[in-house]
Amino acid sequence: MSNDVPNELSYTKSHEWVRVDEEGIATIGITDHAQEMLGDLVFVELPEVGTELGIGAECAVVESVKAASDVYSPVSGEVVEVNELLADAPETINQDAYEEGWIFRVRLSVPSEVDELMDADSYAEYAESEEH
Amino acid sequence: MPFIPHTEEDVRRMLDVIGVEQIDDLFDEIPADLRAKTLEHVPEGMSEMEVTALMHARAREDGQPLCFIGAGAYDHHIPAAVWQITTRGEFYSAYTPYQAEASQGTLQLLYEYQSMMTALMAMDVSNASLYDGASGLAEAVLMAVRANRKSKSRRILVPRALHPAYRKTVRAIVGNQKIELVELPFDPATGKTDMAALTGYAGEDFAALVIPQPNFFGVLEDVDAMTDFAHANGILAIAVVNPLAMAVLRPPGEWGETGADIACGEGQPLGAPLSSGGPYFGFMCTKQAFVRQMPGRIIGKTVDLEGKVGFTLTLQAREQHIRRSKATSNICTNQGLLVTAATIHMALLGGEGLSRVAASCHANTAGLMEKLCAIDGIERAFSGPVFHEGVLRLTAPAGDILRSLAAHNVLGGYDLAEDYPELGEAVLVCATELRTEAEMEEYATKLARIMATRTQAKCPVEPKFN
Repeated sequence: MSNDVPNELSYTKSHEWVRVDEEGIATIGITDHAQEMLGDLVFVELPEVGTELGIGAECAVVESVKAASDVYSPVSGEVVEVNELLADAPETINQDAYEEGWIFRVRLSVPSEVDELMDADSYAEYAESEEH
Repeated sequence: MPFIPHTEEDVRRMLDVIGVEQIDDLFDEIPADLRAKTLEHVPEGMSEMEVTALMHARAREDGQPLCFIGAGAYDHHIPAAVWQITTRGEFYSAYTPYQAEASQGTLQLLYEYQSMMTALMAMDVSNASLYDGASGLAEAVLMAVRANRKSKSRRILVPRALHPAYRKTVRAIVGNQKIELVELPFDPATGKTDMAALTGYAGEDFAALVIPQPNFFGVLEDVDAMTDFAHANGILAIAVVNPLAMAVLRPPGEWGETGADIACGEGQPLGAPLSSGGPYFGFMCTKQAFVRQMPGRIIGKTVDLEGKVGFTLTLQAREQHIRRSKATSNICTNQGLLVTAATIHMALLGGEGLSRVAASCHANTAGLMEKLCAIDGIERAFSGPVFHEGVLRLTAPAGDILRSLAAHNVLGGYDLAEDYPELGEAVLVCATELRTEAEMEEYATKLARIMATRTQAKCPVEPKFN
């Protein structure tokens, strides 16, 4: 497993990561493993600020030269911010999936949902098993 | 690439490998009552000689009438070179080539087509074409619903003055996708879409407004006001235009303050002959911002590893062979052959040639309308300016008059009774650049005679001697 899986984040089986701050805002992106599977990203379709997302809702699309994939919201809540930088520089996700390459932020409506997500070790194991 | 079907032997060997008795067994899981029965109405095959004789007989039945019908498909001159070149072996395929390495010529031609269409429409991007104008508009409506993220509704404003077949097609395609079509009336005096009715919807949530130019009556719409109204209300503007008209009128990309968002329409006037309704082709252009929502094929220009120019299919990741049910559209092909003809047609005529054809159509129709309206019992139905079609109102039954004209070898126009009963006895007429002064005179003379027998008071029959 060569991909970076930071310890402090939570993960989903559909390859999103979640970082929650002390104000209950979750920042969401796709994992380093996901960006590598997709290849060079050419377009990111962002959700609209103000949209109410349910858990598992399709809310963004990441498009590479070979595939276009949906991004599912790992948690429920209202979209409060989107990463406008990605409109002009979708490759940011390839370069820095966990920091500059975040996709959107959600105000958690059910904070406990985060506890249901995978931790770094489980995700690393899951991603590796999927490769084989 | 040879395209050879499997021999019986190939099929047998494949079935043996997978352990299946016969091909029908592959469809076992489909319930018997859902399977198509044998086709009962397909006749036995015919020899080439018999087919030739049959087609000649059919062609004789059609005769060679003078055509004054437009109504969405138009009788234009097509230079002989167009189909001579189009049907060369190198071009003669209806398919969009998937293998860029084996199809550079076709891909370059499609790229040139896209460049010509963006120039004609003054839009940023064009796709490689769609099936026809009506289904192209349905795709534009679906695209607008996806692209308009400000709108939460799936409502579309559609003028009643839009081609009736387009309205039916759009309803058939989007009707079951929870998209609501709201009809805009036309002004009975001018024939234009009623601006007061449109502005009455200010502040309401719509995904798109359809703007025909010209509309089905041939009348020119207030496209600037309509486009600006749409944008002021968060509505996307979909232009449905006759591509030939765009050679002389302001194109969709220049409508109003910021231009229409999507332009689509029927490509038939660009090199496709009238042929029992087709095949024709649809075109679609849009602004750069919406390119990822546009359905269909797009050819891109790029450079290879050695820096040489090459052409390729682009933006495929959103198509159904990759995105499956989440694809932008189920359209994954284009009308390659018709587009080849259109590209050659436009290249041969050039921008100036197209403008001259358009201007000539406009002048002929204006002249024809004047001649016909000089006949007793015939008048212009609308006061709005027209491109190359106009509506006549008659004091006699339009259907009967048109039948009489047809018996005299003149296709006098399109009877509007079925689609627009509110217009009374009304006929849509068109004179393209092909119609000569003498032919228009012939039409007017025959029509005057037929109208006279219909409308003049019968001669009183009195006994001569009492």
